[in-house]
Amino acid sequence: MFKDRKNFFYYLGVLTPIIFLILLILIFSSLHPRFLHPLNIFNVMRQISITGLIALGMTFVIIVRGIDLSVGSLIALCGLVGAVIAKGGLVERFSVGLDTELANPWYWALAGSVLIGLLAGTLNGVCITKLKVPAFVVTLGGLSAYRGTALIVSDGGPISGFNEAYRWIGQGKIGMVPIPVIIFLVFIVLCHIVLKYTVYGRHIYSVGGNPEAARLSGININLIITSTYIITGFFVGLSAFILSARLNSSEAVAGMGYELNVIAIVVVGGTSLFGGMGSILGTIIGAMLFGVLQNGLVLLNVSSYIQQIIIGIILILAVTFDKFSKSARQV
Amino acid sequence: MEQPQYIVQMNNIYKSFNGVKALKDVSINLQKNEVVGIVGHNGAGKSTLIKILSGALHKDTGSILIENKLVEISDPKDARNMGIETIYQDLALAGNLDVASNFFLGNEKTKFFFLRNKFMKKESKRVLQELKIKIKSYSVPVDFLSGGQRQAVAIGRAIYNKAKVLIMDEPTAALGIEETRMVGDLINQLKKQDVGIFLISHDIHDVFDFCDRIAIMKNGELVDICVSDEVTKDEVVSMIIKGTK
Repeated sequence: MFKDRKNFFYYLGVLTPIIFLILLILIFSSLHPRFLHPLNIFNVMRQISITGLIALGMTFVIIVRGIDLSVGSLIALCGLVGAVIAKGGLVERFSVGLDTELANPWYWALAGSVLIGLLAGTLNGVCITKLKVPAFVVTLGGLSAYRGTALIVSDGGPISGFNEAYRWIGQGKIGMVPIPVIIFLVFIVLCHIVLKYTVYGRHIYSVGGNPEAARLSGININLIITSTYIITGFFVGLSAFILSARLNSSEAVAGMGYELNVIAIVVVGGTSLFGGMGSILGTIIGAMLFGVLQNGLVLLNVSSYIQQIIIGIILILAVTFDKFSKSARQV
Repeated sequence: MEQPQYIVQMNNIYKSFNGVKALKDVSINLQKNEVVGIVGHNGAGKSTLIKILSGALHKDTGSILIENKLVEISDPKDARNMGIETIYQDLALAGNLDVASNFFLGNEKTKFFFLRNKFMKKESKRVLQELKIKIKSYSVPVDFLSGGQRQAVAIGRAIYNKAKVLIMDEPTAALGIEETRMVGDLINQLKKQDVGIFLISHDIHDVFDFCDRIAIMKNGELVDICVSDEVTKDEVVSMIIKGTK
């Protein structure tokens, strides 16, 4: 495996996140006795499931050399559209009772939320591939525009108070396992299979590795690129619904800054911003790394201001390793 | 006398980019078991010409006949389906994928939507071994392989796809002496298998070593096509520079 230095650095880049994760778990579990308690483990898992779901989609986007900065704003928009559908308008927006009667059942809210996500993803993808505007710019525009749309939809205020079936998606458990974690696990498996074992997944990697070669091999690269933004849109719609169910509320300021958390998760998980490299398993490790870090720092009473600094430093370290393994990869 | 069997006939091809004429009335043909070299300076129109044949660009006017049938080539997939395979200097392979993935790129073998990775690996190994090509490792990304090995993978892929016409764009530009010889051997092997080859090259020695005929281009026009045994290197070089016979 490590026949020469080149290969050694290559695998070092791949293995760094998991080594780091194990290290963190060892440190926190020795400093705090309850860190490894199953309740806490599932708590961490539930915390990461919302950004984690979006990170699954973002992995596809970043492998094809893209970026999606609009996901945070889109969470607010999707969640609000779902809430408006459930409430049948803005009239009953503050009816915070335990057995609130909803105008429409939760699955219509979910469908609306996901539909908006799919539409926004398609819009992002089409602008990037047809107008030839860089993904960074298109989705930066989306970051602003979707937030504005969310404010219009909600008329500025929150929409809260859903019924039990609705809230169960975000707050419920089967045995010890929270529902969001189950949803997360299902999509982890699905995305992993799609990316590793299907033609579509292979084409994603080829477009990321060498778009020109992929195009000349007869692959419709615009379709592939657009599809990754649609996938991300789908996951944003899904997790927006889960988030509103968990908080029993949707608001226009939801998901602020999530885009950066999600990108950080994907990049720390070993997906290269230069495209062509990355995996779902890496993204899961990235998500767990941030989840464990945040949870551990909270358990140890570290100020949330300092947490932000630590997270920033880790992000930069991860990209440094990424560059390392990339330059080692090229002969 | 037997009528020559042309697999490719490109007649009176014109192409311009934003008013700049890249190709002016270029006609060229190719027979089975033949290697035709295309030489000329940068901007002479060599790449434009072969990109039209490989489907990466569209011609403005003119006609293309493949095995005496008039065809329209609208994209690289079309060209592939007609048996035209192109090996680009640097663009051919995705460096992040392994040999088998590149070998079957755009043409993956599946079973119930799932990739048949083992089968694809076995097939690519078989084809490359038949061509007597040694590959260091089949499981690392091809970025880890040498330039010659990467070129061999691209050629092997073309053969596996039953290429009738092979277009090679500067196949030896990034290669050492030993690897250039290997590519030369491959070209000779392919000629014996009824393949017709267009070879684009800057290297006049390569062209004389490998080609049966040489087409000289300058400023988008075809200067002359000559049989390589009947001209000297100096004559060809002079045509490249002067643009006249």
